[in-house]
Amino acid sequence: MVKPARNQNPEDLRRPPLTVVGDRQVRTSVRGDRVFRWSTLLCSLLVPLVMLAIGLELLLSSWPAVKQFGWRFFFSQEWNPVLQQFGAASSIFGTLVSTLIAMLIAVPLSLAIALFLVELAPPWLSRTVGTMIELLAAVPSIIYGMWGLFVFAPFMADYVQPFLGKTLGFLPLFQGPPLGIGMLTAGIILAFMVLPFISAVTRDVFQLVPPVVKESAFGMGATTWEVTYQVTIPYGLVGIIGAVFLGLGRALGETMAVTFVIGNAHRISASLFSPGNTIASTLANEFSEATEPLYVSSLVALGLVLYLITYLVQVVAQMMLRRRYRAWSVGL
Amino acid sequence: MKLRPATGRRLANLAVTLWAGACALTGIFILFWILYVVLSRGLGALNPAFFTQLPTPPGVSGGGLVNAMAGTLALTGGATLMAVPMGLMAGVYLAEFSDDSRVGDYSRFSTNVLMGMPSIIVGVFAYTLVVVPLGRFCGYAGALALAILMLPVITRTTEDMLRLVPNTLRESALALGAPRWKVTLAIVFRAAKSGLITGILLAVARVSGETAPLLFTALNSPYWFRSLGEPTPNLTVTIFNYAMSPYPDWQQMAWGASLLITFGVLIITILARFLLREKNDDR
Repeated sequence: MVKPARNQNPEDLRRPPLTVVGDRQVRTSVRGDRVFRWSTLLCSLLVPLVMLAIGLELLLSSWPAVKQFGWRFFFSQEWNPVLQQFGAASSIFGTLVSTLIAMLIAVPLSLAIALFLVELAPPWLSRTVGTMIELLAAVPSIIYGMWGLFVFAPFMADYVQPFLGKTLGFLPLFQGPPLGIGMLTAGIILAFMVLPFISAVTRDVFQLVPPVVKESAFGMGATTWEVTYQVTIPYGLVGIIGAVFLGLGRALGETMAVTFVIGNAHRISASLFSPGNTIASTLANEFSEATEPLYVSSLVALGLVLYLITYLVQVVAQMMLRRRYRAWSVGL
Repeated sequence: MKLRPATGRRLANLAVTLWAGACALTGIFILFWILYVVLSRGLGALNPAFFTQLPTPPGVSGGGLVNAMAGTLALTGGATLMAVPMGLMAGVYLAEFSDDSRVGDYSRFSTNVLMGMPSIIVGVFAYTLVVVPLGRFCGYAGALALAILMLPVITRTTEDMLRLVPNTLRESALALGAPRWKVTLAIVFRAAKSGLITGILLAVARVSGETAPLLFTALNSPYWFRSLGEPTPNLTVTIFNYAMSPYPDWQQMAWGASLLITFGVLIITILARFLLREKNDDR
């Protein structure tokens, strides 16, 4: 994107224009400009303020739980509203595992899609396919949930999980009854949800590689794959990492789709077939029913953990991407 | 240098090409699978009653979700009213006045971070900020949460779109004696109009399918939508509640609502893209 040259000296612009109107009117326009400038500044400060306010509110509201449980909160698996015992371990574990599954599937898939869009497909096909992939990002989370619960989970239970159990069943990961809902299904649906984000940014990263660099490799007789593997990917590596982190942030906080298919059980199990939960799904399921102050406070503490994790992930993504890439600015 | 045999390299290239094509097909397949499922299961729920009547208890046939439709429109509208002026102004500062200042950098950075903030966290924030002090669930809290989610989208697109406007346009207006605010609002905004509308449409599309921030702010309600000051019926939370219920007729309603939401969001998104593309073709 071309950034227009900034006006070098803003003072010049504030100087009253040489018009024949009276002195008073000129000064009003100067004052109008000042008011305008300051009000836009205030609005643009609103976003950092909101970020800060979210963090502070979460910290304040989660304080009773933090005080009550201390570090045990993070390591205890017990989640018992009746006995007022709360531990975040199973939610944090579930968040990390489902995100890991999602990234393991989504990253190779999105890189391949980006490669297809930039290097392999003719322009008309690339535009059509690119738009369709981006539309995957526009489908609301809850629709993924509906599809996941009523269509994809039965599909997993009938075909994928029995197959995995038969072939890889010697691993504890793939043992247990094929319920359909559970960690694995949630991870796969998450992968489909973050795929458009990663592939859109990666596509931009690939497109920013100067054609001269690629052409010189082609000129030496390299195949498309060799150019991609040895020129494009190393050149855009930082951007690709940024794209992956962007997807990671999305996967960590994704709520509704996961809530539908993960099974919502407060326990840690080795099998990916068994139900679990994530921070976001616990919040979605229990928040509106929580009445005890300590219960609410524990839930907010879970939210605080999620806030901090996604904040860190976003910071890394930001540092990697800077302002160079276009796709994620257009609402993606 | 030792030359590697060409056949192996060509085969590797072919394999990667096929694999990449297969991955792209997978993505498209998933999209159409979801759309097909939503369409085929949702169409059965659409009838005149669906658009005109209140929900019925399970087992009682008929009934509709007109209250939830009204509530979703009100929540989205309220959020848009809050977020659009703020987002536009913030974008104006970043594009026109920030001059790469420190403040501008912070704001831009936070905008990007807020864009990736999980919507449920924003919901928790609105809950602690509005619902707890008021002591009841209300639509305003939901609209506030949605507005916070819209804000970064509008700010970013506004900045990008304003930066696309050539500086000569600004300079000629300034040379005619127009004050800076007039240049921005009357000249630059007009030049960037379709881009700004795109940003707003994308933000609306993003939040109108949101469920998580409404779960414990606007909640839901089986009654007529009256005001945002009380629990507000809305389509997405209704989908969640009905889908999780064991009653087939409620699940059928959930599919109908899913159909409305999905195609509403997709149509807005495609419209926004179309506007942007048309504008780019002009140049």
